[in-house]
Amino acid sequence: MTTDATTISTTYNEEVAHPDTVAMQTFGFWIYLMSDLIIFATLFATFAVFSRSYAGGPTGRELFDLPYLLGETLFLLCSSVTYGLVMLAVHSGKKKWVLIGIVVTFLLGLGFVSMEIHEFYGLVAAGHGPDRSAFLSSFFTLVGTHGTHVTFGLIWMAVMMGQVAVKGLTSPVQSRLMRLSMFWHFLDLIWIGIFSIVYLMGVV
Amino acid sequence: MFGKLSLAAIPFDKPIVISAVGGAVFLALVIMGLITYYRKWTYLYKEWLTSLDHKKIGIMYIILALVMLLRGFSDAILMRSQQAVAAGGHLGFLPPDHFNQIFSAHGSIMIIFMAMPFLVGLMNIVVPQQIGARDVAFPFLNSVSLWLTAAGALLIMVSLGVGEFSKAGWSGYTPLTERAFSPGVGVDYWIWAFQIAGIGSTLTGINFLVTILKMRAPGMKPMRMPLFVWTTFFTNVLMVWAFPVLTVALALITLDRYLGMHFFTNNLGGNMMMYANLFWTWGHPEVYIVILPAFGVFSEVAATFSGKRLFGYRSLVYATAVITILSFSVWVHHFFTMGAGPNINLFFGITTMLIAIPTGVKIFNWLFTMYRGRVRLTPPIYWTLGFIVTFSIGGAAGVLMAVPPADYVLHNSLFLIAHFHTMLIPGTLFGFLAGYYYWFPKAVGFRLREDWGKRAFWCWVVGFYLAFIPLYVLGFMGMPRRMQHYVNPAWHPYLLVAALGTAVIGLGIFFLGVQLVVSIKERRALSDDTGDPWDGRTLEWLTSSPPPVYNFPKIPVVDEIDAFMGMKEKGVAYLRPEQYSDIEMPKNVPHGLIIGGLAFLGGFAIIWYIWWLAIVSALGILFTIIARSLDDDTHYLIPAAEVERIENERYRQLASVAKTRPLDEQTIPEPVLEM
Repeated sequence: MTTDATTISTTYNEEVAHPDTVAMQTFGFWIYLMSDLIIFATLFATFAVFSRSYAGGPTGRELFDLPYLLGETLFLLCSSVTYGLVMLAVHSGKKKWVLIGIVVTFLLGLGFVSMEIHEFYGLVAAGHGPDRSAFLSSFFTLVGTHGTHVTFGLIWMAVMMGQVAVKGLTSPVQSRLMRLSMFWHFLDLIWIGIFSIVYLMGVV
Repeated sequence: MFGKLSLAAIPFDKPIVISAVGGAVFLALVIMGLITYYRKWTYLYKEWLTSLDHKKIGIMYIILALVMLLRGFSDAILMRSQQAVAAGGHLGFLPPDHFNQIFSAHGSIMIIFMAMPFLVGLMNIVVPQQIGARDVAFPFLNSVSLWLTAAGALLIMVSLGVGEFSKAGWSGYTPLTERAFSPGVGVDYWIWAFQIAGIGSTLTGINFLVTILKMRAPGMKPMRMPLFVWTTFFTNVLMVWAFPVLTVALALITLDRYLGMHFFTNNLGGNMMMYANLFWTWGHPEVYIVILPAFGVFSEVAATFSGKRLFGYRSLVYATAVITILSFSVWVHHFFTMGAGPNINLFFGITTMLIAIPTGVKIFNWLFTMYRGRVRLTPPIYWTLGFIVTFSIGGAAGVLMAVPPADYVLHNSLFLIAHFHTMLIPGTLFGFLAGYYYWFPKAVGFRLREDWGKRAFWCWVVGFYLAFIPLYVLGFMGMPRRMQHYVNPAWHPYLLVAALGTAVIGLGIFFLGVQLVVSIKERRALSDDTGDPWDGRTLEWLTSSPPPVYNFPKIPVVDEIDAFMGMKEKGVAYLRPEQYSDIEMPKNVPHGLIIGGLAFLGGFAIIWYIWWLAIVSALGILFTIIARSLDDDTHYLIPAAEVERIENERYRQLASVAKTRPLDEQTIPEPVLEM
């Protein structure tokens, strides 16, 4: 998916000579993602430190249900594909397909979050909550932080559905859709890290 | 309904606290009364609190920093006077419970709520003007950052009168800050004040990185940027890279305390040293975050008041870059005594010594800039000279402590306290005070009185040596930090001298206050009508003082380092453009203020377990952000005619200055006189 700001028209302030707002917003968002990446890097490091601190509690091998997680993962990966299609529709100016694409992406993301909440609920109900051991604390925090990000992404998507429907594909709306695209793909990448390091390595 | 909060949270039984709170509340009421009396609320709200103008935001940041400096310094007075009397069998006037809160608050305030707002304030006022821009990249985000910082500061102030502050030091080491050992609200105040202000700092970092990378005037290649822009650039790199680690470290303690998790607890797999590592992964870069901008100020000041181009511009830039990178490789030196093993300690000992090299390079840059220059001995140069001498002593002490075996002896002793105050007071505060004096006329339109500035300087320097050199000696004598009382009578004389030093510094702060008041009174005589009171070299002196909201009617074109000096030498600095065009500027909006207010409320609610209010505040913040995002009409247009009117006014002013006070031809070039 392209995130090149030059593909978006900058009609709304062309008449006035000042720096290209859309390009700056995109660039600023890249830097924000970098800082967010450091949050995740710190949480990954924390998880790595505590990944064997079971304190006599359950281990990853006992807790993680890989087929279930594969389903969860597929929801998120597919949502990234559909959001990619949203951006294609944005660039060709097809408002209806943009809206349909966001709705589909939203539902897939919602499916992901619901499955994660279900997983967490099951763990807590079985007495394997985050207060059981340092391993579970770091597990819940890392995965939960990602889940919280996805939830905020869903709220953002809901707002953008309204903006596209009411305002149409104006330049500011396009700019926001593109930053949401960066955010969504970023969360996808983080999830691939979580799936490999937390879940796959956890059951090995 | 009110969670853990009840009337018992107000410490009526502690006369010292109650009188401090009373004083603060009284002062606030007086100020609010005056604003009401002069009917200035609307003006304050419309022109300042909701402003997105980077210059006004910068001024508000600096006011916040100066207020918090007074608060942090009051804590210092209390600590020094307690240790001056609590010798031998005496217990002094502060109970341990209160003393511990004071040293925790002192460190927290001075770093997060004095140094940070001061540097962000200077950066706000100066950077856009130095790069020839009209504003920062994201003016609204700037306002959000300001009010988040203010919200954090207000939380610390409130902790004085409602509940308590943390007793676990400004660094909040675990497991002492865990619920089991600190069940009160003090640690929660510390956590949320830091967390809210820290998020503001991350946003500032993002904002200024984009500003510096994307908004420079045409022709201002990286190697033509003023040094202050370079150092703030690296500071912002550090803010974006380091503050998220603090965010996580604080979030993990929060989870331990609120949800019973086990990151840093003693049991169930927790590891308290993990916290020390995370905290100092942020904490050491933070030292450079506050020091680098001051290095930038010294560079500007040394060049301007020596009438010379900065010596070794490139080497200064590269030295700053090296410091930025190395600052992430030294954090373990804060806890060599963790016992990570000789090889790890050796590695971090060597990196710590390495970082002294680029810093040493800079010292020589400033010295050689002044060497054979025509140095004008103004207060900023005083601060610079005071810094160079004092900072070198502190640096030498730092290299000494970088040797792990030596550190094992000196760890947590007063030697360490002396060391880092010798770095941070000259390396940060002297720089900011130099910048405060230097850019004051640019920000508000009149100069500060020079004589009071020099008096303040001498008090600060003399007081500093009296207050901190004894602490080096005490460190060698084995006195640990943070002692509420002590039995060794040999320490007592040194602590008396240190207390005297604090009093002299207090006089210095008083003189800074006098300077401000006297200068405001005499503002007509001190007014800066040219916009260039110091014969400046960089673009911020091209604008009028204070600058119009748009800074530059036409964006200047840059073709060298010290762009403005070049323009003056060529006689083109004040050329009137052929025609003016419309200028688009951001409208003032209240959303930043609202977000800050809600962050304060939410923080307060979560500290006191008032869950409904916490949820309402969080939702409020979310809705405020969404409401702002729905508004695409965020700018207003200043018509070309209006720009022309403002600029004509400026040219008239310049011409009258040229008539009444003939300055040398460099300051007011020919084209203006011909007008």
